Amino acid sequence: MSPAQPSAPQRLQPRGPSWNRRAWNAGVLSACWLAAATVVLPLALIVWHLLAKGLPAMNLAFFLHMPKPVGEPGGGMANAIVGTLILVALGAAIAVPIGVGAGVWLSEYGRGRFASMVRYTADVLAGVPSIVVGVVAYGLVVVPMGRFSALAGGVALGILMLPTIVRSTEEVVRLVPRSYREAALALGAPRWRTIQQVVIPAASAGIVTATMLALARAAGETAPLLFTALGNRFWSLQLDQPMASLPVFIFDYARAPYEDWNRQAWTGALVLIMLVTLLSAVLRITLRRLPGRS
Amino acid sequence: MGTPWPARPPGRARRWAFADEAYRGLLTASALFVFVIAALIVYESARGSGLSVRTFGWSFLTSTEWDPVAGRFGALPYLYGTLVSSGLAMLLSVPLGLGAAVFLAELAPQRVGDAVAFVVELLASIPSIVYGIWGLFVLAPFLRTALEPWLIRHLGFLPLFEGFPFGIGMLNAGIVLAVMVLPTIVSLSREILLSTPRTLREAALALGSTRSEAIGVVLDAARPGILGAVILGLGRALGETMAVTMVIGNASRISASLLAPGATMASVIANEFTEATGDLYLSALIEIALVLFVLTLLVNAVARLLVHWAAGGRRDVAGTA
Repeated sequence: MSPAQPSAPQRLQPRGPSWNRRAWNAGVLSACWLAAATVVLPLALIVWHLLAKGLPAMNLAFFLHMPKPVGEPGGGMANAIVGTLILVALGAAIAVPIGVGAGVWLSEYGRGRFASMVRYTADVLAGVPSIVVGVVAYGLVVVPMGRFSALAGGVALGILMLPTIVRSTEEVVRLVPRSYREAALALGAPRWRTIQQVVIPAASAGIVTATMLALARAAGETAPLLFTALGNRFWSLQLDQPMASLPVFIFDYARAPYEDWNRQAWTGALVLIMLVTLLSAVLRITLRRLPGRS
Repeated sequence: MGTPWPARPPGRARRWAFADEAYRGLLTASALFVFVIAALIVYESARGSGLSVRTFGWSFLTSTEWDPVAGRFGALPYLYGTLVSSGLAMLLSVPLGLGAAVFLAELAPQRVGDAVAFVVELLASIPSIVYGIWGLFVLAPFLRTALEPWLIRHLGFLPLFEGFPFGIGMLNAGIVLAVMVLPTIVSLSREILLSTPRTLREAALALGSTRSEAIGVVLDAARPGILGAVILGLGRALGETMAVTMVIGNASRISASLLAPGATMASVIANEFTEATGDLYLSALIEIALVLFVLTLLVNAVARLLVHWAAGGRRDVAGTA
């Protein structure tokens, strides 16, 4: 027997995956494409319908006039727009000092178990349904005061804003380079002045953006206002009285059996969404451009 | 964690010790306030529901009778409505959201991925009342005239799809909720997929995997985080109020059909709270809020743990909701 001739080295032919694996691959990949398209579809539809149904009734009077009684055409939501701004400002007055303080604490002092408990609690608070917050604000403010009031609405919105402000403040303050702190300390500044006059100003752009994001979100909240600020068909700037707000107005007008009101609800929704999304879109872009943020 | 501070140089800054401590105390007090608010939420909802809890006990959760006139309250129809509408929403949104997240993280060119992710995040900032108005005036007529008659004609033999095409009802609520939780699921899952090591894909591809098989490997590694994202979306769906209130039809009964109107815990509070006459009625509504609170608390706590654990404390993940 002759020794086995080593056969010519056979070139390893790269064989592609079998047809069924290729078919499966193509199926899965196109399903992902399809899913992405389907996810974007509702946004396109919502924006389209908002514009189509909301724009026709949008005019200057909508912003400047008071609501008209049923049957009378025209009228606007001036009081609701102003009411929303006041309620959000009230909420911010409560949530911003506390939220920024807690966020700075988390970033500058927050170590150990207590800090992670604060973080965890803030995260859990962010998940509390807004209607529950409304019920709580009702018990805390409306019941002792004996009536629905803008103040109660502000408290509810403040509770809702707080977790977002805390967590995002912590994030942006942490982005301030360590060298800033070292430089300030090296100059002889005590720690509190370092934080107050160097670290916080350095992070201020980020803190403002994060805060505005929380405000924008709160501006669109309806559920916590239903039984706190209640709503008001008249012009009112009194904080101890019921106050109108855009979302509650939209809710009432959308459920009313009058076509004219329904149209105005769409316009109100368009105004609200312009307020909220424009604000948050601009903010998201500026947030991205923030120094030190990848 | 916290930013590490340089050690205080010895001998100086003694002068400022008090100011430093006072400043620190002020900030710590703000941090404590987060607990205070959490405690207030628990305390208020527990106190407000006391009367109802004492009157009905556990039967509150098992009784289907909701009769304000007779003063008998059972929350089962609302519990059922919340669970079914959220379950339906997850059924629709999880496959879609996962597919979209895979597309954004793995398939799309980075620029497209970023752009679509941006749009999806914008979806998250749309107020829920806007979803509600869209569900009521656009989706409901479509369901009433197109989808529901079709379902009844072809699948009407199932109890799930029997009855009349109302347009508003459990199905509408499920679809609107699905649209609302998609941004949460998509953007969190994308973040988690992006944070898995690149080497996983490379190894899978080097072994001759097709692209979809490599994605399967990545998904496997990202499973706990994605599960967390899904549960976080579920928590959001459970507590969603306004959109659901507008499209679910507000009927306090349990029906097998998805086409029938129903009600959720959140929607019944939104509808009846201001009209509640009598302490017991109000207390029963607050107890529903308490049940809802506990439910979302459990769901969110689990989700946060999963996401934190999976993402290794990465930023964004916690702050997105």
